[in-house]
Amino acid sequence: MIRVAVQADAIDVAVELDIHDAGGHGASAIFVGRVRGDDGLAELFLEHHPALTQAGLAALAHVAADRWSLSALTLVHRVGGMAPGETIVLVLASSAHRAEALAATEFLIDRLKTDVMLWKRETFADGRVAWVEPRDGDHDRAERWD
Amino acid sequence: MALAVSYFAWVRERMGIADEVIDPPADVATVADLIGWLATRDERGALAFADPARIRAAIGGRMVGPEARLDGDVALFPPVTGG
Repeated sequence: MIRVAVQADAIDVAVELDIHDAGGHGASAIFVGRVRGDDGLAELFLEHHPALTQAGLAALAHVAADRWSLSALTLVHRVGGMAPGETIVLVLASSAHRAEALAATEFLIDRLKTDVMLWKRETFADGRVAWVEPRDGDHDRAERWD
Repeated sequence: MALAVSYFAWVRERMGIADEVIDPPADVATVADLIGWLATRDERGALAFADPARIRAAIGGRMVGPEARLDGDVALFPPVTGG
């Protein structure tokens, strides 16, 4: 079962895990990405494309499902404004054994940083606003999976 | 030929609009051509597209390179930073 969501509402990790786990899986890997409150960050805003962000996440999920033997996959990305500590992204991947679940989870988090139409904008406590620049390491990590 | 173009993140902010329908000259055939033309069309285009290496594109919903032909709706945006 593949489930992909792009949402402005807060991501409830416990609820998502309950839905994901309904099938009863041998091994489940979980990645939770949260907003870091570095340098006096007040708000993180995630801009997205109304159609292509969801489509890009779904395409990545299907690549992962083709590459590894997964019994369930959940990919949820939040968009809009959020505060430090809130969850931006959740990846849940399950398989009969741990290796495939862990590999698929790492693949998904690496590739969604370079392949999916999402842009971060930071607003700081002093009023400064800045679009986040991609990190060189992100590209290198994503390319490992080619 | 009328072409629907949408902008995202700081490209959208610098252009001052989220999308528009444009009618570029016939010799604008690829994404790179389009970026070059927009950069010379007006002041906001010059601001948004001053550095083509920092611009990414999608056509008809697929990520494409600068050499791609303009055969569908175009989205122009900075490198993505999700996750």
